[in-house]
Amino acid sequence: MVPEVLSQPAEAGGSVGIVTPQTIVIDTPLLLACGRSLPRFELVIETYGTLNAARSNAVLICHALSGDHHAAGFHSTDDRKPGWWDSAIGPGKPIDTNKFFVVCLNNLGGCRGSTGPTTINPETGALWGPDFPIVTVRDWVASQALLADQLGIDAWAAVIGGSLGGMQVMQWTIDCPTRIRHALVIAAAPRISAQNIAFNEIARQAILSDPEFHGGRYIEAGAKPERGLKLARMLGHITYLSDTAMRARFGRILRDGDGQYNFNYDVEFEVESYLRHQGNSFVDRFDGNTYLLMTKALDYFDPAREYGDDLAAAFRQAQAKFLVVSFSVDWRFSPARSREIVNALIAAGRDVSYARIDSQLGHDDFLMPIPQYHAVLRNYLDRVALEVSL
Amino acid sequence: MRPDLALISDWIAPGSRILDLGCGDGALLAHLASTRQVRGYGLEIDDDNVASCVAAGINVIQADVDDGLAEFADGSFDYVVMTQALQALVRPDLVLAEMLRVGREVIVTFPNFGHWRVRLALLGGHMPHTPALPAEWYDTENIHLCTLADFEALCASANWQVLERALLDRQHRAGFSIRTAPNLFCEIALYKLQRPG
Repeated sequence: MVPEVLSQPAEAGGSVGIVTPQTIVIDTPLLLACGRSLPRFELVIETYGTLNAARSNAVLICHALSGDHHAAGFHSTDDRKPGWWDSAIGPGKPIDTNKFFVVCLNNLGGCRGSTGPTTINPETGALWGPDFPIVTVRDWVASQALLADQLGIDAWAAVIGGSLGGMQVMQWTIDCPTRIRHALVIAAAPRISAQNIAFNEIARQAILSDPEFHGGRYIEAGAKPERGLKLARMLGHITYLSDTAMRARFGRILRDGDGQYNFNYDVEFEVESYLRHQGNSFVDRFDGNTYLLMTKALDYFDPAREYGDDLAAAFRQAQAKFLVVSFSVDWRFSPARSREIVNALIAAGRDVSYARIDSQLGHDDFLMPIPQYHAVLRNYLDRVALEVSL
Repeated sequence: MRPDLALISDWIAPGSRILDLGCGDGALLAHLASTRQVRGYGLEIDDDNVASCVAAGINVIQADVDDGLAEFADGSFDYVVMTQALQALVRPDLVLAEMLRVGREVIVTFPNFGHWRVRLALLGGHMPHTPALPAEWYDTENIHLCTLADFEALCASANWQVLERALLDRQHRAGFSIRTAPNLFCEIALYKLQRPG
């Protein structure tokens, strides 16, 4: 019989196996950017690997728009799919759980157990729903710093994130410069463009204008703004894939084998089927109010704003060393946007490396085990591991 | 440490800011960081080299030198360095001008196409194969070869000031023959340039 470990490709590394989320209660009040504050809140986290005695090997993973705390491994033996970044996190993988203690959380305002629109507001005893305050990337970093306090982690060996997660990483280096040694900013931008905001606005309008939205109190009404949420996700998916990738994957292929047009509005092209499937499965696992919050956090992110629109000035606060990674066919957060980050870091005199990965899909490539991407991550983190074990 | 890289490091003031164009696996930057306490970045296009730089803890920016240095501000580096890459550029003159815009001083090395082996091969009617230029004419990366005389003519016409010059054979030695007839015997040329004024 072939041992289990040999059936894995050597490059891929192993799985963290079965993991159990835990809830961390934070009793320290958190003042939010919007002016409101939360006297206490809960964050759901998963951890992989072991914290060393010096507490120096902790790595924080920040999730993107629709992500959560379940980044690696499986919740049960009949789980079909592992966590969202299982390709990169595990024993022998680029974010090596033999070397690092990896923490991933569901952000404040999320819908996977952390305090947010789908949890109870202790002041009213009712669901937060649309009353949950709008949170920003800066608020998330502040909440994650309180989480680090709770876990007894003075400084992260690295904070790592893609897309909206990469924005949290940048904010960490500016707001908590002594608590982050290495910043890995993947497929991100220093702030989103008018075009990005426009996509987010359409997504929000789809949800807000759904007749089942009920002013955000849809759970109490026994309803769900499914159509809006589905439309929002379909729109998002178009921006996650490049034109080339969509063409390669779907072309103009028709679902029915006879090759005839049906002259109606049913699912006809493969790409329509794909988008509807993505939309439908998203509705089952995501919350409308959370989607509104997350897209707004994305719109508001702009660390240079407080520094006279000078990103380099913002990064002069930072002490971390940076790795910035972009993907060649990502048009949502293009390589040019990553270069803006890199150029500001160089102007600020920070240590930074930048890799532009030749890729196939688009924005979603940051979740893919592309060999060059994983080699760069692995090489960088191997050095971090050496540094923290000294 | 390659002797030409050691020579370059002698030309660099400690603690300066450096941009190394086509930095390869980062050997020069690693050497300068340990011996000269420089803060620097390498520009490199090749995937494997980028991964090697990251593994070595060298700041590397993955980019094509031929795409230009427009992203870098005027005078943002003390030195801009380019070793053995000038001849592979689409427009070496434009890149040199950009290097002199971005850096206070420029250090550049290239193979001398005026070397006697090259001339001998051409006299025999063929493109040269030399230890410094080993590839076939049709698959070489070196598309803009020049002699010492050509390079210095460009510097003169562009009004770039030559601050230092080191002419070496392929063992990176500066011998008597090179001093006597540099354009005939130099195989590898190192120049340090500055903008006028």
